[in-house]
Amino acid sequence: MIKIFYSFLFCGAVCLIAQLILDNTKLTPGHITSIFVVFGSFLDVFNIYDMIVEVVGGGAMVPITSFGHQLIHGGLAKTVSMGPLGMIMGMFDLTASGISAAIIFSFFFTLIFKPRN
Amino acid sequence: MKNEKYEKIVQKHRPTEHRVNNSLIAFLVGGSVGALGEVLIQVFCMCFHVSRTEASVFMIITLIFFAALFTALGFFDKWVTFGKCGLLIPITGFAHSMMSASLEYKREGLVTGIGTNAFKLAGTVIVYGVVSAWIFGIIRLLIGGGLV
Repeated sequence: MIKIFYSFLFCGAVCLIAQLILDNTKLTPGHITSIFVVFGSFLDVFNIYDMIVEVVGGGAMVPITSFGHQLIHGGLAKTVSMGPLGMIMGMFDLTASGISAAIIFSFFFTLIFKPRN
Repeated sequence: MKNEKYEKIVQKHRPTEHRVNNSLIAFLVGGSVGALGEVLIQVFCMCFHVSRTEASVFMIITLIFFAALFTALGFFDKWVTFGKCGLLIPITGFAHSMMSASLEYKREGLVTGIGTNAFKLAGTVIVYGVVSAWIFGIIRLLIGGGLV
């Protein structure tokens, strides 16, 4: 139960920082999501993001920072068996579900629905 | 002259209030999305008796599904103009950007429209994610010697 509260706080804080950057600089949402992905993979260099996921739970997996975390984590997990080559082979191991789901759903919904604006 | 000065002062003070409002809304909306993610994980764990890892995959797919569906139905855009970063930074923003790009270019055909432009907005996340993950992964291998 406490994890739900932590999730609320963590995800809200990430969005708050993003909103502050968006309002106070000229960066677009595209810049900000890119910065956050890079930041997420940076935090995993010393296992910091792993600790956050353990404490916070689902709230840490929802923001885009977890995308970078999962990219580097899949790569590092593969290096155990493949050596440095595994960094390239295992890059999409964990994120594949999210990217595939986004592609599949957006493709079929585009076929079904009409654009409206 | 006085009016101009007054206008300047008003201009100075107006945006800050908006900013406070915006960031408060972003915090609340983003926090709710995060809490919803955790709730979904626990619900999936209880209902389908799967491990937490599988439940988190289901949770991400569910969020992407609904973000894409609501974008296709047309009212996710209004939510984004209200919630701003609260909806753009979570994984819903990724699905939303892909969905709106492919919807926008639908009339240009299946391959040259949807296929070419699907990653128009979301591609930056993947490019910089992969590049940074590769660089940081190599650094990690050199310093820490891989996953502990």
